[in-house]
Amino acid sequence: MTQCLIRTLAGWITRFFLLMMLALTSAHAAPDLSPALRDLSGEDPDKRVEAVFSLSLSGHPAAAQIIEALGEDGLYVNASASEAYLTLKGQHLDLIRNQPVASIPAGIEPVMVNNALRAAIDLAKSAVALADAKPAARLLAAKQLQAAEDKVIAPVIEKSLQKETDADVKAALLIAQAALQLQFGEGAQRVAAAEMLAASDSGAIRQKLSELLRKNPDGSFVEQDAALRLAAERSLKTIQKRLDKFEIIANLFSGLSLGSILLLAALGLAITYGLMGVINMAHGEFLMIGAYVTYLTQSAFRAWFPEAFSFYVLAAIPAAFIVTALLGVVLERSVLRFLYGRPLETLLTTWGVSLLLMQTCRSIFGAQNVEVENPAWLSGGVALAGDIIIPWNRIVIVLFAIAVLAMVALLISKTRAGLYIRGVTQNRAMAACTGVATDRVDMLTFGFGSGIAGLAGVALSQIGNVGPDLGQQYIVDSFMVVVLGGVGQLSGTVIAALGLGAVSKMLEPLSGAVLAKIMVLIFIILFIQKRPQGLFAMKGRSAEA
Amino acid sequence: MKLTESKLIALARGFFIAAAVLALWLPVGHLLLPADSALHVSAFWLTLIGKFMCFAILALAMDLIWGFGGILSLGQGLFFALGGYAFGMYLMREIGLDGVYKSPLPDFMVFLDWKAYPWYWAFTEHFAYALALVVLVPGVIAFLFGYLAFRSRIKGVYFSIITQALTFAAMLAFFRNDMGFGGNNGFTDFKRILGFSITSGGMRVVLYSLSIAALVGCYFLCRKLIASRYGQVLTAVRDGESRLMFLGYRTLHFKLFAWTLAAVMSGIAGALYVPQVGIINPSEMSPAQSIEVAIWTAVGGRATLIGPILGAFTVNAAKSYFTVAFPQLWLFFLGAIFIGVTLFLPRGIAGLWQKLIERARANA
Repeated sequence: MTQCLIRTLAGWITRFFLLMMLALTSAHAAPDLSPALRDLSGEDPDKRVEAVFSLSLSGHPAAAQIIEALGEDGLYVNASASEAYLTLKGQHLDLIRNQPVASIPAGIEPVMVNNALRAAIDLAKSAVALADAKPAARLLAAKQLQAAEDKVIAPVIEKSLQKETDADVKAALLIAQAALQLQFGEGAQRVAAAEMLAASDSGAIRQKLSELLRKNPDGSFVEQDAALRLAAERSLKTIQKRLDKFEIIANLFSGLSLGSILLLAALGLAITYGLMGVINMAHGEFLMIGAYVTYLTQSAFRAWFPEAFSFYVLAAIPAAFIVTALLGVVLERSVLRFLYGRPLETLLTTWGVSLLLMQTCRSIFGAQNVEVENPAWLSGGVALAGDIIIPWNRIVIVLFAIAVLAMVALLISKTRAGLYIRGVTQNRAMAACTGVATDRVDMLTFGFGSGIAGLAGVALSQIGNVGPDLGQQYIVDSFMVVVLGGVGQLSGTVIAALGLGAVSKMLEPLSGAVLAKIMVLIFIILFIQKRPQGLFAMKGRSAEA
Repeated sequence: MKLTESKLIALARGFFIAAAVLALWLPVGHLLLPADSALHVSAFWLTLIGKFMCFAILALAMDLIWGFGGILSLGQGLFFALGGYAFGMYLMREIGLDGVYKSPLPDFMVFLDWKAYPWYWAFTEHFAYALALVVLVPGVIAFLFGYLAFRSRIKGVYFSIITQALTFAAMLAFFRNDMGFGGNNGFTDFKRILGFSITSGGMRVVLYSLSIAALVGCYFLCRKLIASRYGQVLTAVRDGESRLMFLGYRTLHFKLFAWTLAAVMSGIAGALYVPQVGIINPSEMSPAQSIEVAIWTAVGGRATLIGPILGAFTVNAAKSYFTVAFPQLWLFFLGAIFIGVTLFLPRGIAGLWQKLIERARANA
């Protein structure tokens, strides 16, 4: 219903703008379009390309629309260019008489667009966008023009450079100009251009520069100009040096990101393991359920509150926590409490639970992955340089992990419930003697740990596939975090998670992802030899029974 | 009618005699009876039961370390697969020039454009060497891992999780094509053993009979061990390791022996399994596969020797039935077994039987 309304509204707005455009067209003495239109509808491919550029440079108010319509096969011109129409966003317009029409008259064919023309259209669009009022749009256009390989665009860039006031756009335009000069210029101009290009981070520019250093099969250089080669080589080195720095930052960040994901996945596990001496094999499935709750919240928002859609993730956080915490409590009350003191059996039982949960999910949602969409504020990223981008969703997950950690740490160290949890973890019998209801503490702690898994599930849904097997992907890793970190202290889990994340990401470029994982697992197996209780074992004298 | 103790024992005896007769009749029915006879045993049934025999050996090995030693391995599938791969190397060599590419190298190596066998494939064309590998590879790896783990007194849940990580790491490694073990396709398309066709009825019967022989051999070996002084110490390790250490026992040695022996038994089971099913790939090392072995043992009854064998047969028969008849329901069923057995039947089928006998005795 609402969607339908929005669509109607959008239709009216488009219509309004088309009318506005018409009004403008008739007000100014616009340049004559017909030569360009005639060339476009003709056969000569060179003339057609030229016509596109002349349109973009004409300053004609309808030029942008014509170019856009042409790109979508919506420009209709007859052979003599006496009749011309365009179709854009479902609206039809008579170009010669400047008025909207109900339909395109029969017998007038759309202008055919081949690949050469399409490339010209893309360039022309960028050229038109250079005159845009918004600096961001101009910057985007300038960046697109950096890859241009047609010198007709050079005067456009030059003209824009003279008018441009924004420093970023100016820099981007200078690079676009240098790229063209490198290709089409002469002698010293090319050398200067090659030096100028050292300021660029784009991969296409690097490609162009390294092309200059290419060798023939006999070992001689393709490029004859030694000064130019030297300049290109120097520029490439400068670029590489600058990018290397960002590459390191990006790598460090991806280590941090993996670490925080592992931390989220393992935190709840560490708490329940510490308390009850039982590794919950179904922990991974709680992650999965958290992710599916996110999916359901997304569907609910899409159906009932589409205007608040981008905030569905925030609503999913408490929802996932509550659902998984309740499930955890149910699991503890109905199964696990009968198995205290039999840790190995508990291991098998929770594995059975994980099978049940996985198969239930498969029956409800199907074996395929479901689609969970990043809201607008989580998509995209911060571009460090060139192609090195730090995605927003990963940044937010790092912050989220910090927030969850802070919450857990506060709860455990500052509240009475936390005191009970610590007491039962350290010495169950003694805690019971002093009047702690260990039974209740077990139940609540298990629910709490499971709830944290649900929170982790929300985070995981934003970066990976959501399917019935989601839990299985993280389970062995989160076990390893717990084994490495030891139990009873959060800091052990934190350091283990971040350490594993950083080490995996450092090894990955050297050995590949799979080998890195194997090496990390072997490292843990060996590490356990030295410190069988993990990094931060609790100090105490309790001999195990 | 009231079941008295003697009647129950007669019932059990009848069951085992029937099972033995059935097991011995299968090869006869496969080889000697004509295909249209009602009593003819198809190749499918013969290999299926042969496969179950291999699983039963695996369950027996699990019982030795878990039921009697208190060490729950969640990575027993690794040793099973290693035994399978070791014998699989020989089977791949026996294909000779009959592969798809007609090359002396296995197809997957031709595909990777390798020109020669990697060093660790040396001598695998010799049957006896391959058999030695079947015992040595799982044995040595288990010995090293067990020595390191038991020396630093890793036990209980920790040990289980580490064994799971071990088999997971191995699975990832074997998935890599560069390992030289066929990547995720593993070994398949076997043709011959010692020159005899692997699909012939005679070879099937031989493999089947070897599986029975290995199972019976392992069973009696375990029985002898458990009844011996060693077996008593092993059980004591399970029940009170610290006390035993204070008494001056080096529990490391006792555990390590059982652990290594169980790995060797698993390797032998794997080596018998591969020629019967005709394929080995890294999914045998998946943690899920290994943890299932534990449930076979638990269903049958830990710390009894006959129990795990029954458990392996029961669970796998159910699996074969469910995965064909109700594929969606199998995981529900398996999950329910995991939960139900640990909650309601901690001593498994064997325990249930003992309870019946005790009740009959009390009533008498």
